[in-house]
Amino acid sequence: MTAKTPLAALAAVTLALSGALAAGADAQTAPASPVGADADSTAASTTISGPTGADVYANVCAACHMPDAMGAVGAGFYPALANNPRLLGSRYPAYIVVKGMNGMPPMADMLDDQQIADVVNYVRTNFGNDYPGPISPTEIAALR
Amino acid sequence: MTDTPQFAPGFAMNKRELLSLIGKSAGAGAMLMAMAPLNQAHASTFTGPIKLDGGAKGKSVLVLGAGVAGMVAALELSRAGYEVKVLEYNPRVGGRAWTIKGGDTFTELGGATQTCEFAEGNYINPGPWRIPTEHGGLIHYCQELGVALEPFQQNNYNAYLHSTSAFGGQPQRYKTIQADYYGHVSELLAKAVNQNALNDAVTAEDAEILLESLRSWGALDSNMRYVRSAESARRRGWSKGPGGGLTAEPIPSDPLDISTVLKSGMWRNIGTHLSNEHQHAIFQPVGGMGQIAAGFDRAVGHLIRLNSKVTAISQDDSGVTVDYMDTRTEERLSARADYCICTIPLSVLAQIPLNVNAPLAAAIKAVPYRPSVKIGLEFKRRFWEQDEQIFGGITSTNLPISQISYPSYGYGSRGPGVLLGAYTGGAMSYELTGQSPAQRVQRAVDWGAQIHPQYREEFMNGISVGWHRVPWTLGCFGMWSEESRATHYRNLCEIDGRFMVAGEHASYIGGWIEGAITSSLDVIERLHQRVQAG
Ligand SMILES: Cc1cc2nc3c(=O)[nH]c(=O)nc-3n(C[C@H](O)[C@H](O)[C@H](O)COP(=O)(O)OP(=O)(O)OC[C@H]3O[C@@H](n4cnc5c(N)ncnc54)[C@H](O)[C@@H]3O)c2cc1C
Ligand code: HEC
Repeated sequence: MTAKTPLAALAAVTLALSGALAAGADAQTAPASPVGADADSTAASTTISGPTGADVYANVCAACHMPDAMGAVGAGFYPALANNPRLLGSRYPAYIVVKGMNGMPPMADMLDDQQIADVVNYVRTNFGNDYPGPISPTEIAALR
Repeated sequence: MTDTPQFAPGFAMNKRELLSLIGKSAGAGAMLMAMAPLNQAHASTFTGPIKLDGGAKGKSVLVLGAGVAGMVAALELSRAGYEVKVLEYNPRVGGRAWTIKGGDTFTELGGATQTCEFAEGNYINPGPWRIPTEHGGLIHYCQELGVALEPFQQNNYNAYLHSTSAFGGQPQRYKTIQADYYGHVSELLAKAVNQNALNDAVTAEDAEILLESLRSWGALDSNMRYVRSAESARRRGWSKGPGGGLTAEPIPSDPLDISTVLKSGMWRNIGTHLSNEHQHAIFQPVGGMGQIAAGFDRAVGHLIRLNSKVTAISQDDSGVTVDYMDTRTEERLSARADYCICTIPLSVLAQIPLNVNAPLAAAIKAVPYRPSVKIGLEFKRRFWEQDEQIFGGITSTNLPISQISYPSYGYGSRGPGVLLGAYTGGAMSYELTGQSPAQRVQRAVDWGAQIHPQYREEFMNGISVGWHRVPWTLGCFGMWSEESRATHYRNLCEIDGRFMVAGEHASYIGGWIEGAITSSLDVIERLHQRVQAG
């Protein structure tokens, strides 16, 4: 991970102090809300997702899709990314990571083109998926 | 009533006297209640108890979700004469208004189950935890439902500001940073005034007043300097505090220099406490947020069917049919009513088959849910009180835990104490949520020990909630952007045939219970008008 990636940049800013983070978090909701939500008064982040697709998966996607990519079901659900035929084409997962889907937040501000390409290529070739045709950072940039 | 006539200067006084009399005789709770009719206490759109007159015309309403939004709708509509039934996924009411105590278990998505090991009387609020004075709707329902409130310490001047990149990682007392920041800024401003640099902005007369105010605000000495003195020590803390007898004489402390204060970045934390929602007085329910759920349960519990997972919603010309599954027996059931108020979080609702118009369908899919993790830690003793004189309040840090909040209850107790050891937002929340509960707790202990070395010796057990692993919200709360607000907010709030949405997500007070309440009241008022119109 180089210091140029958004996550690293965010982390560097947040090293200043949590108030900076609170301001960052406020920015997510403040324009549309007259009040910062309670949780906006917390810091945003410090540590950095690692450089590889596997690291980004573990540090971001696994929170919802689970470490084994099997998804989960409660009152709502997270879809399994394991053995998922919808990952056949690379643009579908790439588009969802950039733009989000329902409750899944868009990751475009948090991950750079390289990280998104890496994680998409990672899920498409792991967890029982074995799809050809990796996506490039340039193609990710075009989706933004 | 609120207009104070110029010729009656005593009126404001009288009102205050009246309030203080009520306060004396009936406690602070009664005082807040008495303020409502005088129309001073409410800063949200809540203006007092809702009145739904005219009867329900025999209509029935299905409410989906027994969080605060759903239970407010159930309470007020049943009072107005509607036939109300509530379907709730969880085996308990309250939704995000939730408290975890010793013996409670929580199973997150992915299957990890934690059993809370806290001692009797200790608890953690994994979701909402504080009630601003501004939130008149919530305070109204707490009083009506017999939910006792107590002060929540927001800004504790004796708690710490901590940064790994300032003061060699040594935590600083909040009061010290604030006093030094205010002091230096006032001194600078006073210099500018005295050098006539502000002649364009203030008149000579106002400049006099400004100087006097700066002396008072910044604790400056007679030469308008912020220096080591009794005045500054009274704000930032003494080197040796005053006492009695032969060791009585106090010794002032040395202020930090201005460059250190500025470069520390810690001044940022002063602003956090200034927003309306974080100004004192702030409250918490005695015994935890779960007491709000318990209060509503007493009032409307008989209308609620628990363990009921809504799986499909479909409306037609004469009513709404809701399919649901009993989560214990897996039996498939359905319910029907004239109208349906749905308070299911949008993250979940977006996944439930539902026939509504395209604009509402689009709005339901337009709101992603924010990440957050809270971690409660129990220690053998309250070292923060005993060793460091921190009674409640919040320490802020740039470590991933973001803050440590000390309990605003049980001060001075000798037994184990529970503090909030992490409350994160942003990218770090995803990383922590992706780990096992035991890993999250371990990391919170490791980080927190950088501020309180006692952690190592005194730690007993902990519990963590990563909100994206919560099976019935899939996240902390809905995130609106300026664009999504403009495109979708009104569509989300409009009644669509016989179906309507309420909840935190359908408000401008997102991420607060007051948003859930005002959204619910707003929609039932519109529904009632429609029923009255026939
Ligand atoms: C970490 C955190 C901190 C917060 N801090 C504060 C604070 O300090 N002060 C404050 O006022 N607010 C705070 N909030 C916000 C507050 O918790 C919410 O705004 C409020 O509780 C939302 O109420 P609601 O009724 O809209 O939703 P919920 O309480 O989520 O109720 C929705 C209900 O729907 C049920 N449900 C979901 N799916 C289904 C289904 N398929 N079938 C049937 N039922 C279903 C759920 O189980 C739940 O009971 C915080 C929230 C979080 C997460
Ligand atoms: C905050 C929770 C969350 C995180 C983090 C998250 N997702 Fe998702 N993801 C979801 C939800 C929710 C859905 C949509 C489910 C629905 O409502 O249909 C989804 C859907 C998807 C889909 C579509 C699956 C299908 O079968 O159609 C893909 C692909 C996907 N996510 C990939 C990712 C990747 C890759 C990451 C990490 C960069 C990631 N997600 C991170 C919650 C999340």
